[in-house]
Amino acid sequence: MQKRFMAIWFRHLLTDWFTVRRPEMKDVPFVLVASERNRMIIKAANPIAQAQGIYCGMSAADAKAVTNNLQVFDYLPAKETVLLRQLGLWCIRYTPIVAVDLPDGLILDISGCAHLWGGEHGYLKEIINKLRTSGYDARSAIADTVGLAWAIARYGKITPIIKTGTQVETLFDLPPAALRLESYTLQKLQKLGFTTIKSFIQLPRQVLRRRFGEPFLLKLAQALGLENEQIVALVPPVPYTERVPCLEPVKTVKAIEIAIQKLLEGVCIRLQSEGKGLRKGTLKCYRIDGKMTKVSISTNRGSYSVSHLFKLFELQISKIEPALGIDLFLLEATKVEDIDLVQEKLWTGKPGLHDTALAELLDKLAGKIGANAISRYLPAEHYWPERSIKQASDLEEVPSTKWRIDRPRPLRLLKRPEPVDVMALLPDYPPKVFTYKGKRHTVEKADGPERIEREWWRDKGEHRDYYAVEDTQGQRYWLFRSGHYDAAPQWYLHGFFA
Amino acid sequence: MVDAKKDLITRLQKNILQWEGYRPSSLATQQSFGLDDIENNFPNKIFPTATVHEMVCENTEQATTCIGFVSALLAVLMQTGGVCLWISLSDNVYPTALKAFGIEPDKIIFVKLSKDKDVLWVMEEALKCVGLVAVIGELSDIDFKQSRRLQLAVEQSRVTGFIMRNKYDKMGSTACAARWQIKPLLSEPIDGLPGLGFPRWQVELLRARNGKPGSWILEWSAGQFRFIKQEILQEQLQNIG
Repeated sequence: MQKRFMAIWFRHLLTDWFTVRRPEMKDVPFVLVASERNRMIIKAANPIAQAQGIYCGMSAADAKAVTNNLQVFDYLPAKETVLLRQLGLWCIRYTPIVAVDLPDGLILDISGCAHLWGGEHGYLKEIINKLRTSGYDARSAIADTVGLAWAIARYGKITPIIKTGTQVETLFDLPPAALRLESYTLQKLQKLGFTTIKSFIQLPRQVLRRRFGEPFLLKLAQALGLENEQIVALVPPVPYTERVPCLEPVKTVKAIEIAIQKLLEGVCIRLQSEGKGLRKGTLKCYRIDGKMTKVSISTNRGSYSVSHLFKLFELQISKIEPALGIDLFLLEATKVEDIDLVQEKLWTGKPGLHDTALAELLDKLAGKIGANAISRYLPAEHYWPERSIKQASDLEEVPSTKWRIDRPRPLRLLKRPEPVDVMALLPDYPPKVFTYKGKRHTVEKADGPERIEREWWRDKGEHRDYYAVEDTQGQRYWLFRSGHYDAAPQWYLHGFFA
Repeated sequence: MVDAKKDLITRLQKNILQWEGYRPSSLATQQSFGLDDIENNFPNKIFPTATVHEMVCENTEQATTCIGFVSALLAVLMQTGGVCLWISLSDNVYPTALKAFGIEPDKIIFVKLSKDKDVLWVMEEALKCVGLVAVIGELSDIDFKQSRRLQLAVEQSRVTGFIMRNKYDKMGSTACAARWQIKPLLSEPIDGLPGLGFPRWQVELLRARNGKPGSWILEWSAGQFRFIKQEILQEQLQNIG
């Protein structure tokens, strides 16, 4: 497919931005200045100031001498980078690949996008009109190469849309500056009398290389489409992406549901045909006030089921704030994984961790209550009770070691052992009486001690001597003494037996 | 004549049971909980699965004995490799100990929540899911309407649900098939040796839909239930005395 690029040139980027912020400056000549070698140098001048002969690089004092009512403001360093980035992100509604072209432009890869706005003409008009209504004086051009689009946007006089295969003729009448050359090369060209590209384009390459160097030839070849030129996308495009633009901004739940359904159908067909399943997805809603809200879902196992994924998004709809309305929905499958279709058939209908219904249930629960609330445990090779279990990373993980049943363990284990007051007949005897939460328990039977040493390579502290005890009512507890019995040791209750 | 009427009545009773959701499922006939005496109190003499059981726990100790009793039942339900969901407010069930009751602890998915409302929502969703064999929910209170919703969910999916409630002072009626209370009892020393014996519980069936309430003494020993008859108990008490 023939690549098409669009270049946007903001003729007065910084001053336009300033005027948007302070509309009263619309009819006044003003400049933005920055200190440079102890002089205030003009960094940007608005169109009115420019008409009076003020240009960038002039000193502020000189400019003030030219006009009497010139307003001077501070230039914010690197402001154009920030502005172009914001404008570039806004342009993502027109194409997924947008690159910043410092200091005053944007490059859009519009291959296959223009027909959504009724052709390149309508596309270009739409963008320029939107930019102009928001206060930016922009020019743009569409061509086969980045270089040519850039040149036409700035120096073109006839038409902004250059048809495929007419690069050479179009370039003929443009000045050499349209080739994005360095000022040194430009001066040289001017000295030699080359005022248009036509005058040197047919010279032999060796001659041009000797006079102007390799970069010059590269720029020329890029403009003509003989060399490939890569642009760095502002937001790296996600391979599985669907978009639904709306003719009218929408804000009802029903409309959002329809949009999600449409997006999912598009993505899921692609995923299914490529044997992939969605693990993480993000729905981005671009609102007409220029803001973007997004919600994300994740699944335990790759899925391409529209109905299931729709259910997950349905739980998130309440988090979407449509404000004045949403005019573009974008669904990105940020994480996909291969799924084995044969295995899928095998596991349906059999209870177990591989069951699809179970995975779907867990996805749904995670969407509502958060994935942190759900856990599955596997045995870990530690004697210390708190560390003897670990969380499983996913549904597929199997225990790497066996569950130990050789020692009595309580069915309920307190997250933090709770201190208890204990009386023992002899210091190294199991407790006879203990008080827990203000209630006295007389111990009838006891088992123990089971000494569990602390893992000294992990943390410091005393070992624990555990006793399983039963009180007169038959209630069974797991108590431990922290440390040796010699110096008034502290006792804790750590669990309950059945 | 009388025989014919009796026949008709038993057939009608069976039909009513079926309409009420007591289908003798093929799975249930295969599984044996080893609770013969208790099963006699239920209709069809089958321990009702694919329904919701309510456990009343007055304190943490009773809640723990409940876990013990339920785990023993789960071990039978999960024999086929099924998965079970454990929803709780406290999050202090110790998976390692479940292994002693014959459960694969890694086949249990724990959900920790902070509100009754969330527990009920998760429980209802889980009970609708055919990929599970059982769902256990620990919460503070449940009313009739909420329990009815859970009961309707299991009738479709054939999942067994257990509710452990710890608010017991004002208990209204619920749509659950049975209401239990499991209290800990003094254990009996094994062969007269000192130390703790096998866990022993007072199992009380407070209410059973279409069944009879009752009370039994059970012991969990060597991986199965053992009924302790009154005579044995007397004998043991005398031995101690």
